[in-house]
Amino acid sequence: MSVLGLYQPGGTVLHRARAGTKLGVMLAAGVASVLLDHWWQVLVALGVVLGGYAVARIPARMAVLQVRPLVWMVGLIALFHVLSGSWERAFVVTGLIATLVLLAALVTMTTRTTDMVDAVVGLCRPLRRVGVDPERVGLMLALGIRSVPVVVGLAEEVRDAQRARGLTASPRAFAVPLIVRSLRHADALGDALVARGVDD
Amino acid sequence: MRSISSAPRTPARDAALVAIFAGFVAALGIVPAFTPPGFTVPITTQSLGVMLAGAVLGARRGFLSLTLFLALVAVGLPLLAGGRGGLGAFMTPSVGFLVAWPVAAWIVGWITERGGPSYKLHWGVVANVVGGIVVLYAAGIVGIAAVAGISVGAAAVSTWIFLPGDAVKAVLAAVIARGVHSAYPGLVRGRRRERETSAV
Repeated sequence: MSVLGLYQPGGTVLHRARAGTKLGVMLAAGVASVLLDHWWQVLVALGVVLGGYAVARIPARMAVLQVRPLVWMVGLIALFHVLSGSWERAFVVTGLIATLVLLAALVTMTTRTTDMVDAVVGLCRPLRRVGVDPERVGLMLALGIRSVPVVVGLAEEVRDAQRARGLTASPRAFAVPLIVRSLRHADALGDALVARGVDD
Repeated sequence: MRSISSAPRTPARDAALVAIFAGFVAALGIVPAFTPPGFTVPITTQSLGVMLAGAVLGARRGFLSLTLFLALVAVGLPLLAGGRGGLGAFMTPSVGFLVAWPVAAWIVGWITERGGPSYKLHWGVVANVVGGIVVLYAAGIVGIAAVAGISVGAAAVSTWIFLPGDAVKAVLAAVIARGVHSAYPGLVRGRRRERETSAV
């Protein structure tokens, strides 16, 4: 898996905007979306977001990729509203879902994962008073990002070992050794963290 | 090996377990998911990971692990089934299921911890059903109703097709958790002993 995640490298205005600003705009849009209840308002909002894709020079293919899994769900919702007698409501609801998903995906695709992590750590700063340590949050995110390829690697090892012994695919015979290996890895990782003085 | 697993649990070890298990849930997302026609939520093995987090790590660490997983998704990693991820994932009608994952893992873990020092299969199934199905569906249904603008009843009807699959997952997760606990003792039980001795 790429460490870049869903980030699409680029140097446009949207790429250079601060992660916190983009998150703020997204949240504001999410709240404001409740106020839209005419088809043309939704169409304008959708147009603005698609304009954002043009500004950020994100290929249409990437936008489609984020919305495609929703087609059936959104289709069913539209059908439900049409059957209960409101074409406009069907358009408003499904249009808003598409608009917000596309907007959020745009923020994700124009913001580096590292910048997003920094933004999350920044957002946690006021939580210090209720006992949340922002640096610990940053450490956990870094550990989590690193853990994904580690466990995927362990999964490949377990699968190879299974194949070597000629076992057929059984979820239990796969998951148990994978989890046990992961837990052992976590123990070693925990020791490394202790050695680095993470424990108080 | 025994000495490793019965070593005292420290904050650093817990942090490592939380991070590695977030990686495990991500690895489950690579197992292909599919959205058959007429289904509102893709069928994934990741909800198996939600039950396993609680059943293997217990309430607190299971909760933290899924919270970390969602944070990794939010900062832009494509860790959800089907390679989805980023902030857009939190704007879809299935957002209720997603944000309830940490709570579901917590409840599975809380019930599991009350099942006595050794992991019992039937008790584990009960824990997985209550946390991984009852609580998760309640949140998911409310989410669908809110995002799609339909009644809670209609939203509930749209989810019933997943019940058979999730019932199978609840049993499977308990079978896997029993295997893990017997191969790697001291996970949930260790915490209990620690708590008892620290109380003395």
